[in-house]
Amino acid sequence: MALEPVLSVSGTGVFIPGADIDTDRIIPARFMKCVTFDGLGEFAFYDVRFDEHGNKTNHPLNDPRFAKASILVAGENFGCGSSREHAPQSLRKYGFNGVIAESFAEIFYGNSTTLAMPCVMASAADIKALAAAIEADPNLIVKIDVDALRVSTSTGLDFAVKMPESAREALVTGRWDPIQELLDNESEIEKKAVELHYV
Amino acid sequence: MGKSLFQKVWDTHAVGTLADGRTQLFIGTHLIHEVTSPQAFGMLRDLGLKVKFPQRTFATVDHIVPTENQDAPQDPLAAEMMRALRDNCDDFGVTYFDLKSGKQGIVHVVGPEQGITQPGTTIACGDSHTATHGAFGAIAFGIGTTQVRDVLASQTLALEALKVRRIEVNGDLRPGVYAKDVILHIIRLLGAKGGIGFAYEYAGDVFDRMSMEERMTVCNMSIEGGARCGYVNPDAKTVAYLQGRPYVDSKNFDTTAARWLSFASDPDAVFDDIVRINAADIEPTVTWGISPDQGISISENIPDPAKSQTPGEKASVEEALAYMKLPAGTPIKGVKIDVAFIGSCTNGRISDFREVAKYIRGHQVAAGVKAIVVPGSQIVAVQCEKEGLPQIFRDAGFEWRAAGCSMCLAMNPDKLIGDQLCASSSNRNFKGRQGSPTGRTVLMSPVMVAAAAINGSISDARELFELKAEAAVA
Ligand code: SF4
Repeated sequence: MALEPVLSVSGTGVFIPGADIDTDRIIPARFMKCVTFDGLGEFAFYDVRFDEHGNKTNHPLNDPRFAKASILVAGENFGCGSSREHAPQSLRKYGFNGVIAESFAEIFYGNSTTLAMPCVMASAADIKALAAAIEADPNLIVKIDVDALRVSTSTGLDFAVKMPESAREALVTGRWDPIQELLDNESEIEKKAVELHYV
Repeated sequence: MGKSLFQKVWDTHAVGTLADGRTQLFIGTHLIHEVTSPQAFGMLRDLGLKVKFPQRTFATVDHIVPTENQDAPQDPLAAEMMRALRDNCDDFGVTYFDLKSGKQGIVHVVGPEQGITQPGTTIACGDSHTATHGAFGAIAFGIGTTQVRDVLASQTLALEALKVRRIEVNGDLRPGVYAKDVILHIIRLLGAKGGIGFAYEYAGDVFDRMSMEERMTVCNMSIEGGARCGYVNPDAKTVAYLQGRPYVDSKNFDTTAARWLSFASDPDAVFDDIVRINAADIEPTVTWGISPDQGISISENIPDPAKSQTPGEKASVEEALAYMKLPAGTPIKGVKIDVAFIGSCTNGRISDFREVAKYIRGHQVAAGVKAIVVPGSQIVAVQCEKEGLPQIFRDAGFEWRAAGCSMCLAMNPDKLIGDQLCASSSNRNFKGRQGSPTGRTVLMSPVMVAAAAINGSISDARELFELKAEAAVA
């Protein structure tokens, strides 16, 4: 199964402030009553984008200046909470191609990588500078160079970011979905099952 | 040099190393439920794949089942999800503990109950509270739906090893301090992101003395501390709990038990980090904010953002207090509640209901408070009936419901309305978690929930139920 290598992603950005943005916030549980992931995009961040009466709040995703953003910029521990893949799926379907944050919760991180949505970690100072640059010019193009592990903007911001080597490797070599490789080891798997008393 | 349980389980289950450097890890047991599995089965069908070892996957339905008229959901979407799980299990030959089986319940209650959860194994489930099973000395963790597909298709996952932090709690817990308080205290100390990259090993005489159910309560909330999994080393209690359960090999039990125990961390195991906590420092703990690490003891005041150490902390305290509509710097004790919920995979087991039932006789839920009690599984519910517990709860003014996740995440009809404040024995106090986008959750132990229900406000259960707190040590 040949997959497209993900060497870099770019687009305009949007900054969603706050630490510990959890998966219930990214996709409230009631929208998970579905048997496919299709259609999840419109519900991303629903309860912070709309008030009780269905009116738009002043959430950054409602700001017309950031309507076309495809790079999400956030703070610490982004995606914490549930293992629901519905969270990265909803972001992906909303139109995001990459996330830059101070840190990520692990399950969210792994889920995103498997969906070819790179998540890179930047220092608090770099996030702050990037957020200010986006605020000053919403049309600014933000580029995540997955191969070189750098984030740059059309206005000259350029800083190093981090990502576990295995995730970088998986993305740049087009192995972000490991299913084929897992299946290839069938005989080893069968041996293991016997050895560990599982069959 | 000795090995930790984590290292032993990891090493024995490693099938190989993948091109990107990750380990291909064999998954001994796979648990599935209706919310995170249908898309995975869809992917299998799209790829034309089969389930590799159907006998190693077990299904149940928990998140969306109503707790009144369990098998007749009014919600067509819920009914569709139940149907999809039935069809997928039938098509792929997976065992399904459905509503008619008498064994249905929250997936993390069902696994141990059936003896499917065993020491020294790897367990994965499309649910972050899979860490619960670590109470048995298993390496158990939550996965996304694409990974559910991977396990179904190959019985393996591509993963990176975790570091191990040993958390030792020694000494005596004071009266009225429960397993729930221990884990809320740990999360408060280490933070909601403190465990990222770690497996937590819970050790020390406090965990040694805990029952298996209490250990489950602790391991359950590892993820709230950022740790993908948490475990307690298997011991004689673990073995005794499992003996005679349906999925435990009874013929070679002694050999099996010896193998289980051999996975416990060696005395000279090396850990990446060690944290030591004094049991006597732990008080009944409640949350005041919108992240599980925003907790305080019942006798403390709600934090004041003005006293924050950093601008980031100030902003998060302000955000939490604005959402929770709580006044800064005032006691948490006495805050009015609207709803009380006892249940969930954290505290929905027989011992939780027995413990609360001990104290609520002769008391009444305060006027205006809706109090609901939801057993974690049909087996727990039947056991409660045998012991006459539902009547005790009903007499005290609680509603007694059927098994499921219920108001823990409110994907069924049990939801908060508007900005109701709920004293809850569940595990997450995120914004909107209990079904209303403005609903408020305060996490605490089941006995503390009962005290709040009776007083109509957040209370110190030790005072109401005379749990004889010793004089505080100066
Ligand atoms: S009880 Fe709550 S936390 Fe546990 S599995 Fe159900 S929804 Fe998840």
